[in-house]
Amino acid sequence: MDLTLPDDATLTRDGFVPETRSGRVLVLACGALAREILALIELNGWDHVDLHCLPALLHNRPDRIPAAVEEAVSRRGADYEQTFVAYADCGTGGLLEATCQRLGVQMIPGAHCYAFFDGLATFAAREELTAFYLTDFLARQFESVIWKPLGLDRHPELRDMYFGNYETLVYLAQTEDAELTTRARAAADRLGLAFERRYTGYGELATVLAENI
Amino acid sequence: MSDEEDDIILSELDDEELVQQMMDDLYDGLKEEIEEGVRILLDRGWGPYDILTKPLVGGMTIVGADFRDGILFVPEVLLAANAMKGGMFILKPLLVETGAPTIGKMVIGTVKGDIHDIGKNLVAMMMEGAGFEIVDLGINNAVESYLEAAAKEGADIIGMSALLTTTMPYMKVVIDTMKEQGIREDYIVLVGGAPLNEEFGKAIGADAYCRDAAVAVETAKTYMARKHNRPPAEA
Repeated sequence: MDLTLPDDATLTRDGFVPETRSGRVLVLACGALAREILALIELNGWDHVDLHCLPALLHNRPDRIPAAVEEAVSRRGADYEQTFVAYADCGTGGLLEATCQRLGVQMIPGAHCYAFFDGLATFAAREELTAFYLTDFLARQFESVIWKPLGLDRHPELRDMYFGNYETLVYLAQTEDAELTTRARAAADRLGLAFERRYTGYGELATVLAENI
Repeated sequence: MSDEEDDIILSELDDEELVQQMMDDLYDGLKEEIEEGVRILLDRGWGPYDILTKPLVGGMTIVGADFRDGILFVPEVLLAANAMKGGMFILKPLLVETGAPTIGKMVIGTVKGDIHDIGKNLVAMMMEGAGFEIVDLGINNAVESYLEAAAKEGADIIGMSALLTTTMPYMKVVIDTMKEQGIREDYIVLVGGAPLNEEFGKAIGADAYCRDAAVAVETAKTYMARKHNRPPAEA
């Protein structure tokens, strides 16, 4: 497959569609997971896998995720022996799971990427009510996925209406990257939250993909 | 909405123009202008209930419709809500004094494990604007919190909100507890929140799922009217 991904802004806004089909398994993923999944494909030599990403901005409109996934699976899935949906529930209230069941495709278990990066059981046991999470992608794209879509660039006075009940920004780091940590810490400062960095690596994303593709 | 409006002097507008201008200002989230408009209408002898319902609730209804249609987004809705809050802050004590009509009483809160309250706050505000008495329980509410408040306050409606897929099942815990205690039919149960849908509302035994604040108001009014229309034996 073509292993060159577009930049993060493109992954956020448009997603990524490979120009040619080369594998027999299609992984249909959130654009926010593109780099991590590509890294796992390279690491494991999964040459039979093609990656197709939907725009990461769907993160902000979970109600639109099931239809977007269904459209992409319907359009591209027939070209492959198998399709795997690299989304967790992601705020769809079970609708994405129902869609995947209807389409006969597997997806990532759990509530969202924060949970499977941290580990589903570990994440649930933490019961971190007042934590707001960033991943590597969100640390890089904080401005375009969080700050601007919430209108905080134009109306910073809204910050506490959104984040007033949070206490800590937890950066779930997939990689050891000092610059991303600096960015995540700056995001915490802008949101008025305490900062915590937690290295997760690829967490259960690695095992779930290995089991399903 | 435009630079021309910088020149508008609210006190020089007649009532009809002022109400229209206040609806525009609410749409634009201009809190100070809304507060000024409210004071002007009070000075002109308007009753607080009329000010609440015409420019404020009327304006927020347009905001709600445009949000539903994808014309406005969350930041704009929050700014408009903040402006309305400014107006309501002035009107609230006057509404109490003048004995404005009350349609019913609602206890509302975000469920246990969930700290998200933007949607819940919007619903509470719009319900209050529509004439409901609101007891806001805040965030992270256990079943006891809902049921004790509902009993203590003599509420008609219990409203539950959740933003997370992981916390929305707790609504069923509350409803099941109500059934166990034999009090389910004593209250109208309305649920809402981004990951919810109508099927979920039905599955957990709520009376209705409300997809936004405007729907919550209309649904609550409909259920209260039904409640009042019940024959005495059922009531």
